[in-house]
Amino acid sequence: MKTQIFLTVNGEQHELWVRNDRTLLDALHDDIGLPDVRYGCGEGVCGTCTVLADNEPINACLTFAVQAQDVAIQTLSGLTNASEELHPLQKCFLEHGAAQCGFCTPGMVLTSKVLAQRNPSATRQEIRYELVGNLCRCTGYTKIVDAVEEYFGQVREQASTGGGDR
Amino acid sequence: MTEVLPDAPDVGSLPRTGETYNIVGTSPAHHDFIEKVKGSLLYAADWRLPGMLHAKLVRSQIASGRITRIDTSAALALPGVVAVLTAEDVPYNQIVENASGGLGEVTVSQPVLAADRVRYAGEPIAVVAATEPEIAAEAVDLVEVTYEETPGVFDAESALADDAPLVHEEGNVLVNWNIVRGDVENEMAAADVVVEGEYQSQHVEHAYLEPESGVSWLENDVVTLRISTQVIEHATEIAEILEVPESKVRVIASYMGGGFGGKEDMTVEPYLALVTWHTRKPARMVWTRQESMLASTKRHPFLMRYRTGARQDGTIVAQEVEIIGDAGAYPCLSARVLFAGAALACGPYRVPSVRCTSRAVFTNNVPSSAFRGFGAMQVVFGYESQMDQLASKLGISREEVRDRNYYVKGDTIPSGDEITTAVAVTQTRELALQELGEGPPPTASHKRVGRGFGCGMQPYGRTIWFRDHASAWLTLQTDGSLLIRSGVTDLGAGQAASLCQIASEVLGAPLESISVYIGDTALNPPAGGTFATRQLYMSGNAILRASHDLRDQLTGVAEDLLDAADGELAWQGGKVQAGGRSLTLADLAKECQQRGVNTSNLYTWRAPGGKFDPSTGQGGTFPDYTFGTHAAEVEVDLETGQVEVRRYVASHDVGRQINPVRVEGQIQGGAMQGLGYALMEDCPLDEGQAVSTLFANYLIPSSMDMPDIQVAVVESGEGRGPLGARGIGEPPVGPTAATIASAIEDAIGVRPTQLPITPERILKLLDEAGSAGAQTGEEQA
Repeated sequence: MKTQIFLTVNGEQHELWVRNDRTLLDALHDDIGLPDVRYGCGEGVCGTCTVLADNEPINACLTFAVQAQDVAIQTLSGLTNASEELHPLQKCFLEHGAAQCGFCTPGMVLTSKVLAQRNPSATRQEIRYELVGNLCRCTGYTKIVDAVEEYFGQVREQASTGGGDR
Repeated sequence: MTEVLPDAPDVGSLPRTGETYNIVGTSPAHHDFIEKVKGSLLYAADWRLPGMLHAKLVRSQIASGRITRIDTSAALALPGVVAVLTAEDVPYNQIVENASGGLGEVTVSQPVLAADRVRYAGEPIAVVAATEPEIAAEAVDLVEVTYEETPGVFDAESALADDAPLVHEEGNVLVNWNIVRGDVENEMAAADVVVEGEYQSQHVEHAYLEPESGVSWLENDVVTLRISTQVIEHATEIAEILEVPESKVRVIASYMGGGFGGKEDMTVEPYLALVTWHTRKPARMVWTRQESMLASTKRHPFLMRYRTGARQDGTIVAQEVEIIGDAGAYPCLSARVLFAGAALACGPYRVPSVRCTSRAVFTNNVPSSAFRGFGAMQVVFGYESQMDQLASKLGISREEVRDRNYYVKGDTIPSGDEITTAVAVTQTRELALQELGEGPPPTASHKRVGRGFGCGMQPYGRTIWFRDHASAWLTLQTDGSLLIRSGVTDLGAGQAASLCQIASEVLGAPLESISVYIGDTALNPPAGGTFATRQLYMSGNAILRASHDLRDQLTGVAEDLLDAADGELAWQGGKVQAGGRSLTLADLAKECQQRGVNTSNLYTWRAPGGKFDPSTGQGGTFPDYTFGTHAAEVEVDLETGQVEVRRYVASHDVGRQINPVRVEGQIQGGAMQGLGYALMEDCPLDEGQAVSTLFANYLIPSSMDMPDIQVAVVESGEGRGPLGARGIGEPPVGPTAATIASAIEDAIGVRPTQLPITPERILKLLDEAGSAGAQTGEEQA
């Protein structure tokens, strides 16, 4: 049996017919066609399916698509949709070489982005604590934390000079 | 022992050292990297084709037994199920791999789908194809397999017993390598001291975040697969399985979400090929994480026994090594892994008399195969522990005992192979220890701080008797842009990007004007798989020579147009320049077209070949090695057994850095994988059954678990890769476990010999040390 649902993803509304047991991950990856939301474990451990639901990082593999109708979903590709220009946080990842295979990168960027809004003064150790739900098997995390730290510095500087939210 | 084939030009004939480079040695963000941070890079599970089926495997639930019946009727009756294929649907139901090149291992084949017998829990028995993934999963549960269980054998040493159950009728020993040099008995007897040790490592999961996955379809009657693989050359085996000509199978590798050796053997390939071959429809297969944990290949557990004899001053005179590796149920690449273990068993130390035996033994455990470090990394834990033991027995420092024994250029390893490039291991040790320095004291009275280091030596390039080769094909387009085509696969380490940097350096084509097409058996010249830390060495040398040859092809026309003298041309920034005059690559290419000068070059680079004689245990082994030292500071909690790695430094001689950020990334990531191996990771099996297949229970290091990895790079300029580079993919995983064990011994006075070094094992060690340990504690408190 399939249910008609409406999902708001990266600012666009999508109408889908899904089985009730269809995960949000499969709906986003397979039905809507977003390659930046990835299956890694299906247990909510690795974080490769991280998306933002009303700006809160969640594991799309542990959420049914039918549960996600009343929230605004953002995926990594939503960060660059408008202009194809990279978000400053993505630029930091690029400059620091904070990706190798790239499979964990969307989750890392999204989780870090939310942390930057909540606490741009987070220490290196606090950044590590917040990223614990996003595993990486390639980089050893050092460069990821470097990238996030640099972005937080930019956010703090923006705030002190009265710049807008990034 | 090595020979140079006539068509393999000497590495020394091309610029390597003392030159300045414009692009090599910088760290630009390449095409793949930009797509990765945008999230737009497509991985193997990201393709969807019209009418695509979803394929899923039925796997054995028992570790050892006979299949008495397979009933597929209920599964076939489920609406949406299109096919259920079993052994009888496989034209040639064998995966045959002579992993060592036929040098002495027994020939045992692995069925694509088990027919009458199953040998490990998780072994594929049937493949189901359905219109939706949920239906395929339901159908898998409806396939009824009836088994008759037979006794199995679950550890390698027991499998050697005369009365052990046979995993294969051919016997339980897949291969027995012997490397022998000198007179071990007499030298050992004459030694001033002898130290002995037994060391044990565990099953380890690759845990790449992208599970095994891919899609398949028929195109022009060619079975085409786009998959996550390190080795597109498996097209040959797929053709054998389908009994079609090799030209009727095409394999395309997507950029991988990690591989680490786990995508070196076939994973989804034969099953996707079978489904598409039988149904004539496209198909997708994605292993669940739990399937991957259950049934993907693992790192070999090694049991290592060492006896080392030395003189009073620390000079080693003889070493005996016995290695037993658990191959699991099928050969995969075990013969080669155990060979690397044997060849590298003595590490970066000169040992005049050696006897090393290294056996790959079948059990009814999940198969072991390639994993970053490939046998040469397990033995580091053995030989470095021996060196530290020797130091303490002789009352000399850990540095001094090593200084007495390090190889120098020109020495021979136990197989008789000469080391032909710089051995900068001392330099890496000094750098690592200098960077580590002295840390703060313990944070509590029940904690102890210790520091240690470990040295390692890892080959890069395939064993030389495979006569390895790789090709690259370069084309300068008439608009001045450059196409690179090469059948390399990209694990995420920048395999494709480094080709671009080298070509850009030689031809002066800006990186943004270069497109690189990789990983396609149909459209790329073959480059061999990405494994054995071979890709920069092999395809890097191919692209370097293709670039030089192409430049030579274009030089005559450029000199003519610029009225330049011999050797006057400079190739840079998309232009060719001479004496203040310049010409764009576009104009040069157009003029070449006019004059009928070829603007393409296809180059096949052949690595030096050689022979190894398994009967004497002497001969050629690997092309060259990467040396390094890691150093760590740990804090051990005497109450909980918890080990905290406070600081970690990794230093390697990488010859020359093509892209420093990527080099640093390889070293940091490799060290982190090594730290997981040293302290956390284990796949416990209970009579061949995985105790857990949850990712939640298999702990890989998270961002909280480990410190920043500091990197100290040495560039000796003497590697055998392009421009003097050495491979750096595998080397950084090697020294970690020995480094951590060394630091722990420094902290608590007892040495862990079994991996992983869990809190439980630390507490046990402390208990065994008994009152002595407690006294030491009081003294330090």
